[in-house]
Amino acid sequence: MTQTLTPGDQTAALRDAGPRLARGLLAAGGVLLTVALTFLGLLAITFVIGRVVPIDPVLAVVGDRASRETYDAVRLAMGLDDPLLVQFARYVGAVVQGDLGQSVATGRAVASDLARVFPATLEMATIGILIGVVVGVPMGVLAAARQGTWVDQVIRVVGLAGYAIPAFWLGLVGLVLFYAKLRWVGGPGRIDLFLDGMVPVRTGLLLVDSLIAGNWAALRSAASHIVLPATILGFFSLAYIARMTRSFMLEQLGQEYITTARVKGVPERVVIWRHAFRPIRVQLVTVIGLSYAGLLEGSVMIETVFSWPGIGNYLTTALLNADMNAVLGATLVIGAVFIGINKGSDLLYRLLDPRART
Amino acid sequence: MTLLSVQDLRVSFPRPSGGRVEVVRGLSFDLGRERLGIVGESGSGKSMTGRALMGLIAPPGRVTAQRMQFDGIDLTTLSEKDYRALRGARMSMVLQDPKFSLNPVIRIGDQIAEALEFHTSLSAAARRAKVRDALEAVRIDDPDRVARLFPHEVSGGMGQRVMIAMMVVLEPDLMIADEPTSALDVSVREQVLSIMDDLVRRRGMGLMLISHDLNMVARWCDRILVMFNGEVVEEIGPGALHAATHPYTRGLIASLPRLDEDRSELPVLDRAALARVGQEARP
Repeated sequence: MTQTLTPGDQTAALRDAGPRLARGLLAAGGVLLTVALTFLGLLAITFVIGRVVPIDPVLAVVGDRASRETYDAVRLAMGLDDPLLVQFARYVGAVVQGDLGQSVATGRAVASDLARVFPATLEMATIGILIGVVVGVPMGVLAAARQGTWVDQVIRVVGLAGYAIPAFWLGLVGLVLFYAKLRWVGGPGRIDLFLDGMVPVRTGLLLVDSLIAGNWAALRSAASHIVLPATILGFFSLAYIARMTRSFMLEQLGQEYITTARVKGVPERVVIWRHAFRPIRVQLVTVIGLSYAGLLEGSVMIETVFSWPGIGNYLTTALLNADMNAVLGATLVIGAVFIGINKGSDLLYRLLDPRART
Repeated sequence: MTLLSVQDLRVSFPRPSGGRVEVVRGLSFDLGRERLGIVGESGSGKSMTGRALMGLIAPPGRVTAQRMQFDGIDLTTLSEKDYRALRGARMSMVLQDPKFSLNPVIRIGDQIAEALEFHTSLSAAARRAKVRDALEAVRIDDPDRVARLFPHEVSGGMGQRVMIAMMVVLEPDLMIADEPTSALDVSVREQVLSIMDDLVRRRGMGLMLISHDLNMVARWCDRILVMFNGEVVEEIGPGALHAATHPYTRGLIASLPRLDEDRSELPVLDRAALARVGQEARP
């Protein structure tokens, strides 16, 4: 019976190959379209924010002692008399071309400012989330597998500490201990002063750039500067990730199919990692994605304590200076990061959960 | 020949308020290569008996017995490692609802092959062949296709047949079936039971069929133990259901609706009378 079925299946598979490719392209097109629409929505929001805040963009340019005529002329030149829709279209057009306007505070294009500060945050957040995942997930799994034992208690206390300890305090104590006293790590900033600007900028990620340049002194210095703030960020995300992993795992370990696995004589290690952990990967992707997006917003506390020239610092400074172009540009980047991470998690779901494929 | 010999099996759990509550209280029975039915209402300790025999009661639950022997092996002192070597290979258990008892993210074939993975040293190809045989044995027509499916892609009846295939793939000596059909559509119950019955007879396995359905158990089993409140209150021989004497069993039989009757109300169990019987039995 199956013998006669197999050749039929094969021809069916061949017949399906063409449409399958088309379907794949269609799906990819659909994803791109939804991303584009979401991004347009984001632009609409930043545009509206830019128009409703009580900061006069003309005043920011001409200063408060300009004459009425100058003011009106500049206002006209900036296109602020045009209908809102026209202004919005112009804004979208500019953003698409990578033009986010000038920053009043730095006097440079916001786009080039962001290209400088975002990689600094990206580098730190990525190392932070890696620590969070590599340490946090196994911790959560272990706590669930040993529920109620001292191992579980210790891990829960660590998780609680991640919620309760303020980031700036941990940052300062870390600096005092590991930098000032023990001299194990570099101090504030991304790199030692005498090495600053010695590495040609390619990606903006100092570790990567110094690797490409083969500048080992710079690599060592950059690594010694990033290790402490990244570890502290990693601690906060691992606390959250471990807590969530633990509760997902506890829910899984109560499922009937865990009993089925044990009935089959499957070793406990496999029960935990294959039968209980596999189903929670989808939920974990959500948690990790959100946690990563949170880190990419830039932790203002950590960036301030470590004088880290990241996006969190940039955005805060821009807000305090009423530097609207910079604020909107940074908001846009953060929004785009959220969109990207959400889409990425969606794609991962389909990979990890057979039920999400159909 | 006795496959399983149990004497004074007790299962207890701690109460939140302190002390322990016994859910199985002094169960004793012998099982050969036959079909033994265990019936009783919810909470009578049927399922806990099955799980205790499989060594699956986790702390703080506690299992004690004067004797619990499986084919000459003393289960009361067996290490977890040795127990694991028995489970899936020589004793297995079919669970109630395939919607919950099959892992949703692992392919059916891989789930069946798992028992082979940890109990034999067969090659991957040989494991696939065995999986195929097992699926054919539960009357699945295109085993290769079904083996590649995920549990959410098959019906409940087929899911339960997959479950049975998973539990017989290593031809165990004892199979416990814990309410194997109560989650299924009435129309596929008979089919699933007849597949199970066929496998059990042909391979000379011992079957323990746990159910609350007295008539079903009577039809498929050689002997029936009636459980009430964690104890066996009556043992019924083949075809002797009508001769049951214990008030609990009689109550259960009386509460079953029949097609050829005209009762406006079904009788319920007289629990006060049952409590009196319980007290007399325990001086």
